[in-house]
Amino acid sequence: MFIPHTKEDRQEMLAKIGVSSVQELLAQIPQDLLYPALDLPRALSEQELTAHVQALAARNKPLKNFIGAGIYEHFIPAAVNALSSRGEFLTAYTPYQAEASQGTLQTIYEFQSCICALTDMDVATASHYDGATALAEAALACLRITGRTEILVSAALHPHYKEVLKTYVRHQPGVCVKEAPLGADGTLDLNALDGLLSAKTACFVLATPNFFGCLEQAEAVSARVHQAGALLTAVFNPIALGVMQTPGSYNADFAVAEGQPLGNAMNFGGPGLGIMTAKKAYMRQLPGRIVGIAKDKNGRRAFVLTLQAREQHIRRERASSNICSNEALCALNAVIYLTLLGPAGLAEVAELNLERAHQLAEKLGQLPGYRVKYAAPFFNEFVLECPVPAKKIIQKLEKKNISAGYALGKDFKGMENCLLVCATETKTEADLQAYADALGGVK
Amino acid sequence: MKTILPHNALSLEKSSPGRRGVRFEPVQKHASAYLPEAYLRKSAPKLPELSEFETVRHFTRLSELNYCLDGEFYPLGSCTMKYNPKAYDFLSALPGFTQVHPLAPESSVQGTLEMLYHFQELLKKVTGLAAFTLQPAAGAHGELTGILTARAYHDARKDFKRTEVIVPDTAHGTNPATAHMAGYTVVNIKSAPDGRVDKAALQQALSDKTAVVMLTVPNTVGLFETDIREIADMVHKAGALFYLDGANFNALAGLVKPADMGADLMHLNVHKSFAAPHGGGGPGAGPVGAAAHVAPFLPKPMVELKNGKYTLSGKMPKSLGKMKAFYGNIAVCLRGYCYLRQFDGTTFRQIAENAILNANYIRAALKGKFNAFFDCICMHECVLSINPAEMNGVHTSDIAKRLLDYGFYAPTIYFPLIVPEAMMVEPTETESKQMMDAFVEAMEQIYTEIQTEPQTVKDAPHTQCVCRIDEVSAAREPNLRW
Repeated sequence: MFIPHTKEDRQEMLAKIGVSSVQELLAQIPQDLLYPALDLPRALSEQELTAHVQALAARNKPLKNFIGAGIYEHFIPAAVNALSSRGEFLTAYTPYQAEASQGTLQTIYEFQSCICALTDMDVATASHYDGATALAEAALACLRITGRTEILVSAALHPHYKEVLKTYVRHQPGVCVKEAPLGADGTLDLNALDGLLSAKTACFVLATPNFFGCLEQAEAVSARVHQAGALLTAVFNPIALGVMQTPGSYNADFAVAEGQPLGNAMNFGGPGLGIMTAKKAYMRQLPGRIVGIAKDKNGRRAFVLTLQAREQHIRRERASSNICSNEALCALNAVIYLTLLGPAGLAEVAELNLERAHQLAEKLGQLPGYRVKYAAPFFNEFVLECPVPAKKIIQKLEKKNISAGYALGKDFKGMENCLLVCATETKTEADLQAYADALGGVK
Repeated sequence: MKTILPHNALSLEKSSPGRRGVRFEPVQKHASAYLPEAYLRKSAPKLPELSEFETVRHFTRLSELNYCLDGEFYPLGSCTMKYNPKAYDFLSALPGFTQVHPLAPESSVQGTLEMLYHFQELLKKVTGLAAFTLQPAAGAHGELTGILTARAYHDARKDFKRTEVIVPDTAHGTNPATAHMAGYTVVNIKSAPDGRVDKAALQQALSDKTAVVMLTVPNTVGLFETDIREIADMVHKAGALFYLDGANFNALAGLVKPADMGADLMHLNVHKSFAAPHGGGGPGAGPVGAAAHVAPFLPKPMVELKNGKYTLSGKMPKSLGKMKAFYGNIAVCLRGYCYLRQFDGTTFRQIAENAILNANYIRAALKGKFNAFFDCICMHECVLSINPAEMNGVHTSDIAKRLLDYGFYAPTIYFPLIVPEAMMVEPTETESKQMMDAFVEAMEQIYTEIQTEPQTVKDAPHTQCVCRIDEVSAAREPNLRW
């Protein structure tokens, strides 16, 4: 039972308190508010609950998934969940009492270190809610640092990230969000970008790979942004960094990502893992928890939450953010994943993604009426232009147990026939062929 | 009691070049065949190189350095460290749920949508509120969602002069931080001598500039706001909205409906009140409920039931927009759903009552040595204070560290801010009398130590893998990575 007390326990406790019933303890509650009717369904036993929830899970139809668009299906080695589901990690509290929380604290330090190594950035936080909220908080930091009022984003930033960013900055006085357009190859139009950057620009948000899967000319973009005195906030894919140029290498000031691809299941989009990094100069503008190395009184290395003067429980309304709980367990999955893979494994999985996506693009682009829309280099997803509305293709392929991709018409006007297709290492060559065959059969 | 463990090396310090934990199948062509040189990474990242077995050993070993709820009692006020049933872990890990893409065709994710829909419905029943969004990822994210919802409500009424949010001085730090993030000015009001809202101070602070009043009920000193409806009326009369911080909902579910108290908006912490694990600091979930007049402004999308199908495609023209890339921390919401299906009106009432019984038992048992700052019956947590004259120079932080030696996590300390040397104790309903007796005994022994050997307490802990940490040393020259 959830409540352990026996009748005798309860009597002894009431006696100790000096009351004769639990009801006496509720005297401070206005009595007419007490005990409302809740009209809840009958309480289920564990056995009934298990059967009920298993039946719900069975109502989801497993499809061969070719959607990316911000959440990516990757292979998760068994050791990841075996370790992170240990009660010692799962049921621990936020490591405020550092001496009794060295395990969690060290894993966060190692997570921060792995993320810095992966990105070539100076500092990483313990985590944020997801990629979109990490971006929004990075943009808020850029506004504070520069004192400027304009946030310029790539038109090919994830549409949900744009929406979350707008929600977060809407009430900052005088702040606006503008978009920089793309050229014909699916990447930023650098001339147009030059025209939009100004002395008002606080930061430019560069996503590479962008929402269409295309890789941007990050160094050229970075130079232009810094020329304008603005900050560069990069949005990256952590698996892609196994082979791809890093935000640190192109001089990003902040770099954020959805960290879910690192050892976390898709889970219908949540929990995610917000990765948040910055140059050292902006360390004190970062939101949320950061772990650092300290010494215990015998001079031994120990780990603690540090730079807490930025945070809400100390600084209250003057904090850099209100964030308290983050996604510690997802960060743990990520650091276990990165530790298992190491630099070579991460490069391998990145190369497999490149290979499978390019193989699929080649197969699909050859089908009559279909073409890969953009010429720019891509990582693990690409835009397929179809002879019919993308929605229709998704419906048809669902009947063959294939989830064909994400229909871009919903977010991008004029792209009703465009399908965003992703192939990660989870797709075998047979899966790719099955997709091509099914698509070839669409009438 | 835990034994002292030797120093633990970093994964990178255990690393051997060329060692691997996982291999993938070989590729036909390398990255340079697909990407121009300029797009490639210049050097390999400095990640650890360990075998799978070494990785398992490393993280298992680290896990052993933690206190955790499965192993130790956490009397952490405000944090509601109650038992996390294993069935919920098992069910939330079912591949049918975990392997679902958020943008998959709706017809293929009806099981997840059905669960989320019914979770929304159950939350409405437990709180009496009209609608719930499941998007917020944590309590603080829920607060921001709630305050932005309030702002969208006032803006839609063209009531732009409301620029202030009132919070009491006992509030969680997230309340003022949230109001500031939403672009509001924070107005702090002092609490009354009994620890409750000072109605005169509130009345004085309320004006046509007040957008929202944020209150925690039961409040952070563990007391019910007895005049809650009068307070809600004052807030509403001023044209403001009443935001209820649901951090302490564990003590309300089944006893009082927030809607009956006059709440317009509230967040819940699934990882506190609804028994989802804390995970060492998340992921949580912070669903936000709204009364009917505010509900249209909640984030989109929400799960709806249309013609027998569950869908996210409903139109919400007045919505504030999106708070998160997708729909919320679904795996955590699933645990909350399990919790709400395992209990009903009668059992929720028992849960709340036993949470209150346990807190009062500890309060009564410690009386004389560690007294409650407000000497009265409390709700689900009690705030203890120490008398410096009896303490031989020992502080609350020392007592907290000494408790670790006795095999207990520490209470929440130095919060709320209005109580000097505060120790906030919340046993929760799932701790047994025997465990609480052991805790009380440990506290009594520490009290004796304070009188007879205070240095032992000041030097604690003595049994952890590290001794007392100089936290300031970390901030001086931050070392935040290898």
